[in-house]
Amino acid sequence: MRTEEIRDHLQSLDSSLRLRIVLESLLVENPEDLARAVRALKSSPRLKIDFLSSVTAADYLDFLETVYHFYSVELRIGPVVLRARTRRDDPKIPSLCGLFRSAELQEREAYDMFGIRFEGHPDLRRLFMWDNFEGWPLRKDYVQEDSDVLESQDLAWLEKNSIHVSQELKTRALDLQARGLRADAQRPAAEGPANSGAP
Amino acid sequence: MAKKESRLGVILAHAPNVSAIDEGLKSELSKKGVVVTTLNHLYNWGRSSSIWPMQFGLACCAIEMIATACARYDMARFGAELFRASPRQSDLMIVAGTVTKKMAPQVVRLYNQMPEPKYCITMGACAIAGGPFIDGYNVLRGIDRYIPVDVHLPGCPPRPEALLHGLMQLQKKIESQEIEKTAWYQKGLKREYPVPEFGPRGLIPKFNPEVWQPRAKDNRKERYGEPILIGKKIKAPDLDAETLRRASGGPAK
Amino acid sequence: MKNKTDTPLTEDFDTQTLQINVGPQHPATHGVFRMDLTLDGETVVRLKPVMGYLHRNHEQIAENMTYAASMPYTDRLDYFNSMSNNFGYALAVEKLAGIEVPERADYIRVILAELTRIVNHISVIGFLLNDLGAFFTPLTYAFREREKILDLFEEIAGSRMMCNYFRFGGVKRDLPPGLLERIRTMMDVFPRFLDEFEALLTDNDILCLRCQNVGVLGRELALNAGLSGPMLRASGLGYDIRKVDRYSIYGRFDFKVPVGSKGDVYDRYYVRVLEMRESLKILDQALRQIPSSGDIISRKAAPFLKAPRNFKPPVGEAYGRVESPKGELGFYVVSDGSPQPWRYHVRAPSLINLTVLEDLCIGHKLADAMVILGSIDIVLGEVDH
Repeated sequence: MRTEEIRDHLQSLDSSLRLRIVLESLLVENPEDLARAVRALKSSPRLKIDFLSSVTAADYLDFLETVYHFYSVELRIGPVVLRARTRRDDPKIPSLCGLFRSAELQEREAYDMFGIRFEGHPDLRRLFMWDNFEGWPLRKDYVQEDSDVLESQDLAWLEKNSIHVSQELKTRALDLQARGLRADAQRPAAEGPANSGAP
Repeated sequence: MAKKESRLGVILAHAPNVSAIDEGLKSELSKKGVVVTTLNHLYNWGRSSSIWPMQFGLACCAIEMIATACARYDMARFGAELFRASPRQSDLMIVAGTVTKKMAPQVVRLYNQMPEPKYCITMGACAIAGGPFIDGYNVLRGIDRYIPVDVHLPGCPPRPEALLHGLMQLQKKIESQEIEKTAWYQKGLKREYPVPEFGPRGLIPKFNPEVWQPRAKDNRKERYGEPILIGKKIKAPDLDAETLRRASGGPAK
Repeated sequence: MKNKTDTPLTEDFDTQTLQINVGPQHPATHGVFRMDLTLDGETVVRLKPVMGYLHRNHEQIAENMTYAASMPYTDRLDYFNSMSNNFGYALAVEKLAGIEVPERADYIRVILAELTRIVNHISVIGFLLNDLGAFFTPLTYAFREREKILDLFEEIAGSRMMCNYFRFGGVKRDLPPGLLERIRTMMDVFPRFLDEFEALLTDNDILCLRCQNVGVLGRELALNAGLSGPMLRASGLGYDIRKVDRYSIYGRFDFKVPVGSKGDVYDRYYVRVLEMRESLKILDQALRQIPSSGDIISRKAAPFLKAPRNFKPPVGEAYGRVESPKGELGFYVVSDGSPQPWRYHVRAPSLINLTVLEDLCIGHKLADAMVILGSIDIVLGEVDH
């Protein structure tokens, strides 16, 4: 089935759905409708979508986007691609865990990497990184630490554990601290995020 | 018929000049079943030919480690086939694979739990310095930032032959140690390495300055040329515009 | 208050559940996987997988380098099957850039992907038996056969494990002379080994007792939880992407899709054995059909071999998926018209197959939980990518 046909078919099943074609996928214009769109896909006798293959997200600087690849195992149809967009400063997308359990770990992964809160997810925690990790590493403006330069919290820790630190390393760390800079791989925080196009 | 007796006598001399004993006399004695050796040599011979590695695989290199233990490469020939699952029973930690920041505290803790004398081989580029994943936000750039390493074993992954070679290098190192000077018989031995903690952006501390120090000058670029990473981008692709372009049949950008 | 020590051992004896941690350093977790278990006696009542101990930032690194430079990183995803991973990534990028693959290259790809499947399945069965308590001996036999195939890979690609052999639009170099005959020799010997292996295992009482009716996975749950590969097929659904998508040239081969009936550990074991036999069938046909000469890389893609920074696929997105030995391996790539992808995502079958781990293990003994984990066939490089 072509994308236009799928759109018309879905809208005939649920007339309030607003769908827009983006490349070969369907953008659910209002992310709140995502679960309804998926329910329509599942219940459609022509599509019989029963397999959620991939859930992922992407950062487009102005907004965050989630992308879903659906298949029908019974009718050998696919992929039917849905996408939904959300604001970057407070990203929220309804979770699909209730409809497809395969979303469980993948939504957690998207949360871990992009910070998108999947509402209704039973156990939304970081999947790969530790719990007190800060930041969303796959967003384009994430700046990672420079692992060769000690920072003030490192110095404090080393002192607490009575480990000798050479004067040179200390000076470098204190110098950075005095200038209010973070030791970053790309550029210091004072100059703004590495990505000037980011909102 | 006279019964042939086989006897073996070992004379241990804990004297510095025993190795200076005449080679001819040594071989003459050994024909009679008497071996003259130093305690040092016997001690090191025993240790180096029965190394018990820890069964501890992190990533890809662990599969090559298993292959080394299997029939074809047969690590048992070097007395190191007894992989122990517990650090308390092992002499050697083969850090086989990428050490991530999330895993590094556990690796250091495992090393601390091993009894003396203990050795460490880093297997593969990742464990040495981060390898191909060096630019990742969760990848530790080498386990030698937190614990001392005896043998570095480059490769991605090293072939089983390379692991055997690394093991033999370690055996050489063991054989060169002297019982009177070894650290683990000295008073006040403290070989517990502090376990790093999880911080908001990485591990705290970033390295243990008593074990590892950053190079004064980063000459990676001079040695290896331009980095493979291109860098971050500032303009996102406009998929909506591309959709419209395709629909109208406009020219590709 | 009742004194607990005086209470006789009756049914209402007050017991507590026990929480234990398995991993990340544990011989039965196949790497650095960690399980947070709650046990009632020896029975699992709760299981939470904890991962990320091998999170190597594959996606972040791939988004910061050229398309071609990510190819060796895909090798290290599922480090048993570098060829299958290459295949998936090559398919996705070829879809994105609209590159056709020459026929001979397609045959080489299929031959290597099927050899990889055999390598994977034989190793998995070895590791599964490790978990069952047959420590190391079956694995030694499995690795003996694996080494024979790795020798072929080394001859083809130059490396045993990390082959990095596929390129967009073809493969890196032609097969060395006489290689097809050596594959044929390997194929003549392998069924005998498999027969021997099966004679020892398939009807083995201990294996049957430990595996049958353990970790039963229903068809609906398997589908709903997005399981794929031998896991899904063992549950009775004959869904094989090689048959469904007919990607590359899989449409030309005649092979069956083995399907289990119950979905227990035994079925997962046996489906893999049968899949190896089907792979041999595909190999046999491919070796007979492969054209003796021809291009190994498409004309359109050949210039980018030496100049990867000039390879700029048009703006768009593509999702390429293959039937890797672990399941559906998908690559989602978004291009912004520059030499590096804007978004690069791996749909890792090992990770998604872990969704049902808790459901499978609850109610079983702790020792069975290890076997169930072994039968899911995870590789941490792919789980954590």
